[in-house]
Amino acid sequence: MIGNDRLAVRKTYKLYVGGAFPRSESGRTYEVTDAKGHFVANVARASRKDARDAVVAARGAFAKWSGATAYNRGQVLYRVAEVMEGRHVQFCEEVAAAEGLSTSKARAAVDAAIDRWVWYAGWTDKLAAVLGGSNPVAGPYFGFSTPEPSGVVAVLAPQQSSLLGLVSVLAPVLATGNTAVVVTSEERPVPAVTLAEVLATSDVPGGVVNLLTGDAEELGPWLAEHADVDGIDLTGAPASRAMEFEREAAGTIKRVVRPPATEPDWTADPGLSRMTPFLETKTVWHPMGV
Amino acid sequence: MTHVLDPDALPGATPAVHAPLPPYDDVTRSDSAFRAFLHGLSGVDQVGAEARVAQLGTRSIKTTSKAWAIDTAISMVDLTTLEGADTPGKVRSLAAKAKQPDPGDPTTPRVAAVCVYGDLAGVARDALVGTGIHVAAVATAFPSGRASRAVKIADVRDAVENGADEIDMVIDRGAFLTGRYLDVYEEIVAVKEACGDAHLKVILETGELTTLDNVRRASWIAMLAGGDFIKTSTGKVSPAATLPVSLVMLEAVRDFRIATGRQVGFKPAGGIRTTKDAVKHLVLINETVGPDWLDPDWFRFGASSLLNDLILQRQKLRTGHYSGPDYVTVD
Repeated sequence: MIGNDRLAVRKTYKLYVGGAFPRSESGRTYEVTDAKGHFVANVARASRKDARDAVVAARGAFAKWSGATAYNRGQVLYRVAEVMEGRHVQFCEEVAAAEGLSTSKARAAVDAAIDRWVWYAGWTDKLAAVLGGSNPVAGPYFGFSTPEPSGVVAVLAPQQSSLLGLVSVLAPVLATGNTAVVVTSEERPVPAVTLAEVLATSDVPGGVVNLLTGDAEELGPWLAEHADVDGIDLTGAPASRAMEFEREAAGTIKRVVRPPATEPDWTADPGLSRMTPFLETKTVWHPMGV
Repeated sequence: MTHVLDPDALPGATPAVHAPLPPYDDVTRSDSAFRAFLHGLSGVDQVGAEARVAQLGTRSIKTTSKAWAIDTAISMVDLTTLEGADTPGKVRSLAAKAKQPDPGDPTTPRVAAVCVYGDLAGVARDALVGTGIHVAAVATAFPSGRASRAVKIADVRDAVENGADEIDMVIDRGAFLTGRYLDVYEEIVAVKEACGDAHLKVILETGELTTLDNVRRASWIAMLAGGDFIKTSTGKVSPAATLPVSLVMLEAVRDFRIATGRQVGFKPAGGIRTTKDAVKHLVLINETVGPDWLDPDWFRFGASSLLNDLILQRQKLRTGHYSGPDYVTVD
């Protein structure tokens, strides 16, 4: 800690939308405390209009991000891991404070989060080979199938695992070429805010990731019903409302990832299960022997 | 007068064929008299104008007021396509959109007019027969206005013959900026005459006039010359319709009606893309010139992408959830 002769710099964090850090349009903030109940920082409480602005930003960024080569996307995601590595100590402190973990357990969580970016960075240019293919067709033509991103994906991030859980749901959405509007853990948002600072100073184009701190129960319905959102991950949705959100998402036939009964062990090997939900398979017929 | 930019302009010695409305019927008797009059208009406080529009822009328009504002704004749109790549097919699809802006909701009002280049006015006319939607055509060597007067007049006559009932002309900014105000005036008079029964909107292209004082002077020239509307911009120059410019032009039409009894319409064009921009303009009108101008006969939005945003906001109010660009037509 700092000597008593210096005034504390009390932090009021903002949202991350379209590559910028705006305050909530509503002007609302709320206090965040650590696991022991001590004040940590003020953070913005996003409103439905912030969610709307975030969707506009994500839609605007989609063409460039989905149009980038898979190899380039992999490099950009790897760069996120690099920049996070430089902030390792800060992340460890924030995760330890937010989740009440010991120093060594917090370090393990941050290490796993950074490794997860690397893992998904490696997948970007291998997905088409694994999930796509050429199809045998009974005719004088060929069929090719390739996975393509769905579009704008809303993510209600896990409420418990403030960094590893967040990266575990965000990175697969990006790796597949989607853009994301993320509602962070309400009570543990500070590691997510620092991740926003990492994303802003890495090579991820503005608008590809938009991080909203606030209440998933308040923002969930607006994102689930939003006609310009193509998919929603309900992992962090309150159990009592998840079914309702899913029903609302059905109005515009969104792709939905249902919440698990309890928050999973995020250190487990994620496999492909979080990348396949937000991909569309495009199949084209190709004439042969002409 | 030098007539460097327009050798076909009438020589300065020729008296103006058209006299402005009293009490201004003598201000155009000579170049120097006209200059003295225009430079005698009170100067614009630019900082004050910006502060005024910033303050009015904070008005909160919600729920039923917002619904009214959206429908009013839609009914005031001049749905515009002014691209080199315009085709008859594109104009027809624009006309279809003008008639029914949101096919999913037949209660959506129609727009006021479709605005095209003069050669396509006939296509628009045929597509809009019986709808009451006006056909506006840009003319006079739009958007630069750099052609001889004979060519400009021919351009106007051609557009009117093709079926336009509203003509959007551009003023000669070169003449204005070199101080030859009477040339600008006489040209507008000549174009107005060529319009016949068609309404004349005079585009000042405020982005090229550099100061708000110039905007006020150009507004007065256009109104004295008989323009039915004054319009900010072509949409091809940035900045286009900014709120301080709109404030100055609205004050001009207000002052002109007080002095002469004749009401002139106002049309901001270019750069108005969101419902919020449109609502700010409606507030500005109501607070500057009053509800007399809150009518498609006296106020228009020149816009292409604005209509889609108005429709999206209308869908939001109707359905209760946010809509997206996939739910409106592209053009």
